[in-house]
Amino acid sequence: MNFYAIRAIYLHEMDRMRRTIGQSILSPVISTSLYFIVFGSVIGGMIPELDGVSYGSFIVPGLLMLTLLTQSISNSAFGIFFPKFTGSIYEVLAAPISSLEIIIGFVGASASKSLIVGIIILLTASFFVELEIQYPLLMFFLLVLTCLTFSLFGFLIGLLSNNFEQLQVVPLIIITPLVFLGGSLYTIEMLPEFWQKVSYFNPVVYLINGMRWSFYGSSDISILISVLSLVAFTLACIIGVAIVISKGYGVKN
Amino acid sequence: MKNIVSIKNLSKIYDNNFQALKDINLDIKKDEIIALLGPNGAGKTTLISIICGIVIPTSGSVSVDDFDIIKDYRKTRSQIGLVPQELTLEQFEFVFNNVSYTRGLYGKPPNPSLIEKILKDLSLWDKRNSRINELSGGMKRRVLIAKALSHEPSVLFLDEPSAGVDVELRQEMWEVIKDLRNTGVTIILTTHYIEEAEAIADRVAVINKGELLVVDNTSDLVQSMGQKTLIIDLHDAVNSLPSKLDKYNLNVLNNGLSVSYNYASKSKQTGITSLLQDMKEAGLKLKDINTEQSSLENIFVELVREK
Ligand SMILES: Nc1ncnc2c1ncn2[C@@H]1O[C@H](COP(=O)(O)OP(=O)(O)OP(=O)(O)O)[C@@H](O)[C@H]1O
Ligand SMILES: [Mg+2]
Repeated sequence: MNFYAIRAIYLHEMDRMRRTIGQSILSPVISTSLYFIVFGSVIGGMIPELDGVSYGSFIVPGLLMLTLLTQSISNSAFGIFFPKFTGSIYEVLAAPISSLEIIIGFVGASASKSLIVGIIILLTASFFVELEIQYPLLMFFLLVLTCLTFSLFGFLIGLLSNNFEQLQVVPLIIITPLVFLGGSLYTIEMLPEFWQKVSYFNPVVYLINGMRWSFYGSSDISILISVLSLVAFTLACIIGVAIVISKGYGVKN
Repeated sequence: MKNIVSIKNLSKIYDNNFQALKDINLDIKKDEIIALLGPNGAGKTTLISIICGIVIPTSGSVSVDDFDIIKDYRKTRSQIGLVPQELTLEQFEFVFNNVSYTRGLYGKPPNPSLIEKILKDLSLWDKRNSRINELSGGMKRRVLIAKALSHEPSVLFLDEPSAGVDVELRQEMWEVIKDLRNTGVTIILTTHYIEEAEAIADRVAVINKGELLVVDNTSDLVQSMGQKTLIIDLHDAVNSLPSKLDKYNLNVLNNGLSVSYNYASKSKQTGITSLLQDMKEAGLKLKDINTEQSSLENIFVELVREK
């Protein structure tokens, strides 16, 4: 293992976050605060308790997941796409590093950033609503696994994108709808029966329900299924990245 | 002398089916400076990129210090420094940090005093805390050189090192390159500037359309391939030359005070003896004789045109 190289990539990527601190940290904090104000306080005030928790608290796990997911994908997709775009990727390719080490550096940095953002969001949320976390260890495990998995997924998008449009198309067309329909703001039971069935094909539903279970001990879907589906998606991303890398990273000729 | 880089039957066909390299065989000796000379699109960058691990070869093999560039990529790449042709830098990075980053990528522990020395040698020290986008093109090129040296490579590839670097700095850079060679670094550079090859390269490899045309010592190449010009100064000016001398295609220079004669120095029959004989018989009095070597540039144009 080339630890200095992993460290170099990791710190280099974290440095990018420091330079763009507004974009990396401030914007998710502002947008989730807005969600809490609008949905938690204004609209939530008119909504009765769901599964025995106030609506404001109910939406915390979902919003947390939503931000982690989009942040992880965009951090990591941008992180690898940017050097491809400027051409500075040449030195990563020419360095004595394995693909695995490159992935650990980039994906590790992206996941760390999301994790930091996630913790900040939890802190922000605690200003607006009452938070209790029944299974903190499970919550932390889900938090970390989600950051890692979707950073891997973003890495894949960044590798395969050849321009800025492609970089944004997957998050925009696929991820945003899945996330919005993922049950972060409602329980599946509230949907008409047909849409309930459709929801079971949305992987984000499993993710959000898993996280909600770790908070409140109740959710639409069994926690075991939630965790297993997340792990399955993690494996799928690992395999996807491995295949792309073995074909030349999407960057080597 | 030991071969540090050994290229065997190397070919490259890009995804669009374009063959950029055709069966290249080349050995690069330890501690030499070798220049790859060739017109745009000849395949110089492709060749370098393969050795450095950026482009995947289609067939053939390359070894660096007896290690295969694919099987033992860690051993080969850690010895190689690369200065790319394009100014591929992240614009918002700081010079010192960015150079240190490259050292890290190559698996070396941080060494600020070494980076300081490199930046000083390349006249970049007072720019160490500048952002890359605040630098001029020539400074960016030198940042790329600093990055390539940051991990103390023993083989250095410079793809057009003097593109965009002004004359004075170019000379300084040549000094840096020569100094590096003296500390045991083998240098492979590509250039369009023939003076550059003539000034610093021990050997020249001429590439055209993916093929290696010649490899030779710079001076031998100039000597063996070169046209030479014999300049003969006359005692008395001539208006026209006697018809007896027509077959030599002489040019009259200096208002008739000199004539010049071109000949191939590599050929057995240069024709000099008979020319001088014939001139004497024509009654011309000779004052002085000089020869001029044709430059690499002429040789290069000649070679590329032949193909
Ligand atoms: N990624 C690529 N895909 C397809 N063809 C390519 C690619 N890169 C280079 N080529 C082609 O390969 C040939 C050799 O290119 P290369 O960059 O090696 O030339 P070069 O000798 O470095 O030229 P220059 O002096 O202009 O830098 C060119 O015809 C170029 O169009
Ligand atoms: Mg080139």
